Amino acid sequence: MSTSSEIYSLRINGKEQHVKDSWIGESLLYVLRERLGFMGAKGACEQGECGSCTVLINNDAVCSCLVMAASAIDTDITTVEGLSTQENPTDIQQAFVTEGAVQCGFCTPGLIVAVHHLLESNPSPSEIEVKEALSGNICRCTGYGRIFSAVQLVISQREKSVS
Amino acid sequence: MSTRTTSKQRDVLGVSALRPDGIAKTQGTFSFSSDYTADNMLWGATLRSPHPYARIISIDISEAIKIAGVETVLLASDVPGKATYGLISSDQPVFASEFVRYMGESIAAVAADHPETCRRALDAIVVHYEVLTPLTSIEDALNPNTPSIHPDGNVFRHQHILHGDASATGDLVVEGEYEIGMQDQAFLGLEAALAYPDSDGKGVELVVATQWLHEDQKQIADCLGMPKEKVRLQLGGVGGAFGAREDISLQVHTCLLALRTKRPVKMQYTREESFFGHVHRHPGVIALKHHVTSEGRIVKIEGTMKLDGGAYASTSSAVLINGVTHIQGPYKCANAVFDGYAVRTNNPPCGAMRGFGVVQACFAHEGQMDKIAKAVGKSPVEVRLLNAMEKGDTLITGQPVESVAPVARCIRETDALPLPAPLSQSTETMGLPGGSGRTSELHNIKRGIGWGVSIKNLMYSEGFDDSAEARCTLADGVATLKFATAEVGQGFVILAQQIARTILGVDVVVLDRIDTEIGSAGSTSASRQTWMSGGAVDGACRLVRERLFEHVAHTHGLDPLQLVIEDTDIVDTMGPLRISVSEASKGLKIAQTFLHQHRKTEELDENGQGNCHVAFAFVAHRAVVDVDVELGLVKVVQIATAQDVGRSLNPLALLGQIEGGIAQGLGLAVMEEIIVQNGIVKNPSFTDYLLPTALDAPDVLFIPIEEPDPQAPLGAKGVGEPPCISVTPAIVAAIRDATGVDLKRTPVRPQDICL
Repeated sequence: MSTSSEIYSLRINGKEQHVKDSWIGESLLYVLRERLGFMGAKGACEQGECGSCTVLINNDAVCSCLVMAASAIDTDITTVEGLSTQENPTDIQQAFVTEGAVQCGFCTPGLIVAVHHLLESNPSPSEIEVKEALSGNICRCTGYGRIFSAVQLVISQREKSVS
Repeated sequence: MSTRTTSKQRDVLGVSALRPDGIAKTQGTFSFSSDYTADNMLWGATLRSPHPYARIISIDISEAIKIAGVETVLLASDVPGKATYGLISSDQPVFASEFVRYMGESIAAVAADHPETCRRALDAIVVHYEVLTPLTSIEDALNPNTPSIHPDGNVFRHQHILHGDASATGDLVVEGEYEIGMQDQAFLGLEAALAYPDSDGKGVELVVATQWLHEDQKQIADCLGMPKEKVRLQLGGVGGAFGAREDISLQVHTCLLALRTKRPVKMQYTREESFFGHVHRHPGVIALKHHVTSEGRIVKIEGTMKLDGGAYASTSSAVLINGVTHIQGPYKCANAVFDGYAVRTNNPPCGAMRGFGVVQACFAHEGQMDKIAKAVGKSPVEVRLLNAMEKGDTLITGQPVESVAPVARCIRETDALPLPAPLSQSTETMGLPGGSGRTSELHNIKRGIGWGVSIKNLMYSEGFDDSAEARCTLADGVATLKFATAEVGQGFVILAQQIARTILGVDVVVLDRIDTEIGSAGSTSASRQTWMSGGAVDGACRLVRERLFEHVAHTHGLDPLQLVIEDTDIVDTMGPLRISVSEASKGLKIAQTFLHQHRKTEELDENGQGNCHVAFAFVAHRAVVDVDVELGLVKVVQIATAQDVGRSLNPLALLGQIEGGIAQGLGLAVMEEIIVQNGIVKNPSFTDYLLPTALDAPDVLFIPIEEPDPQAPLGAKGVGEPPCISVTPAIVAAIRDATGVDLKRTPVRPQDICL
């Protein structure tokens, strides 16, 4: 494989990460996973249909499979690894487990990023707004019911803590 | 996987204990098979046929092998052992060499330094084909004048059923024809594996996402020409399965590439390749004729079931038997004349998918029940209750139903669940058919209600020697469990911990790595692991408890039969002794292995008679749909369901199975179909193969019917498959109810409704 010896860097979860010896055609998903070891973003469709690879770029939720890695320089990239430390899961992550929203778990990191993004921009979404916000993240195991419960739990917990 | 959990509450059986791998999965730190990497690793990729049927004239790999970064290119001649594999009959080549028999069949595999190098190498392989006319229809495959497309012939299996009085008739005859499309399991975690060759080249280790480690091990070893113990498998995290990981996909190819290059090799399918790389749900055509009394009681069923198994056998013969032996549905029926056929074509191979033949049968028998209801002037509920099967009834195979069979109760409890609020001006437009497209206008929408009820066999049938093994080790108050049971998302890892906590009174339960270092657990399929591996873990824990009681009794001069576990203590029922399990097991190490087997089953005779199944579970579904009759769009508003679960061991995990299965059945009802035209797959992507999204999810109302089954080791029946079986006919019946259109096939397409 002919790769470029040029090094570029990506700002991921607040830290500069150097990408070496890469091929220019690599997607952000590939670089995150295979070159930088951020395995939280998952690949499942390569077409931006399933949302498993969701990350935040400048606080927008995007499918990292559709972004050329080299075009993401000078942006702020947040992956699921950047949302919490291993010891301190976020309220969203905890709610997913408590409400049974995790089965095989392959779609879960992407959904966690999507829910994080939704509740940052709209802290009290209606039921249909939740459904629409998550309709870009396919889950094949749960049928979504437990995922909705998890989101509702977080919304009510946050509302309680504010009041 | 090695997971350690300390529970604060007592997460015993019956409690909604949480997943031990849950937080890791939310944080992205849980390792799926695609997340494994190794130093010095190569990538593997597969060359696949663009034609459904062709003779291979020549394969030229000379240009591919010259590409910088390409380490090897393998063909059929490089397979050292058996040239073919297969779950029931070994009829599929590891690599095609003479003929390709379906679009996407494997021809060669490459290993290279980068996935992109692999793609270029595949492009550089030149294959000359003589393109042949594909055999693509079931009727052509059944025609004895059609030339065979495989040395084993064009019919995988024919099964005749003759039960009771073939000449029996009723007052009325109700006929119908039904067609089922090809559904994909569409698990999210694509096929992936990483193979590590042994340094002496005489063995290999494979990390793989599969449903059945030991069956893979056997088939891989045969193709590699190695003894089984030289092929060691470890379960990589599995991103869903639903039947699609029961057959070999990339396992043999990955091992071959690693052994040839003497380097670790990772293979990972793309979504497009995944559509070609695993089997699908059988499409089929079912004709049914019910003879009924004027009251609506079933007197006799007649008909045929024809399933398209595609190019290779996979589990077609077993799927067919499941289909024909469930064609009566959960209803009493004394007489039957029925024939089932599973045929070989040049369409994509079909095999296991959640529901396994019963999905197809149920779509047909439930369509018939509604027709019978109409013919005799009864409601769908009344006619189903009138015919509802009970424990002790005899199936059309002559097998008595010895399982608990609360069919009528499932129907009644479902019927008692509330209906959704009627459509009104205040209904959110995004909740209407068409969803976020906001295409629907309220005056075009009609609401309908439909019913589906089903019976599903649990575990393997037809005399298969089925068992599951587990080991429990107790030391210093900590239980460690070892089993080869594939955790595919269903939650066996939670259940295993709950069993150990319940039986042994421990709180800390460590799960050892899931691999082939212990005996087989059988496949995670056929709704069997709670019963089989659950039974094995339960048995191993009970043996450990016996040894522990013996030790405590010996120490305190008691009879071990006096001792019981209460919470986390060992208690003397005849005296004052109370000692915690952790204290009692201090300094001890008790290890016990248990093999769980279910009762024997029989093969069917030439008339389809025999006790071929182990046990059964039942479920009822009621669907409410809104249909835009102008655009042909459907919104499933609500599914109500009551399911015979035996005993609910973990209500939260159970609800997850119910809701997840319903979504898959909804997919088959209104959107999911692999479209195959003349052997060519037209939609192998998530852009064109539509899956239910959050906006498609209906409200689900669920009642578990708990009547513990004395045959089941934990009283619990398998719950994985029933949720997705009768929900499909219920939804289609609701669309018929809303529109008045006599829909014969599933999935229902917009043009079926409005054109």
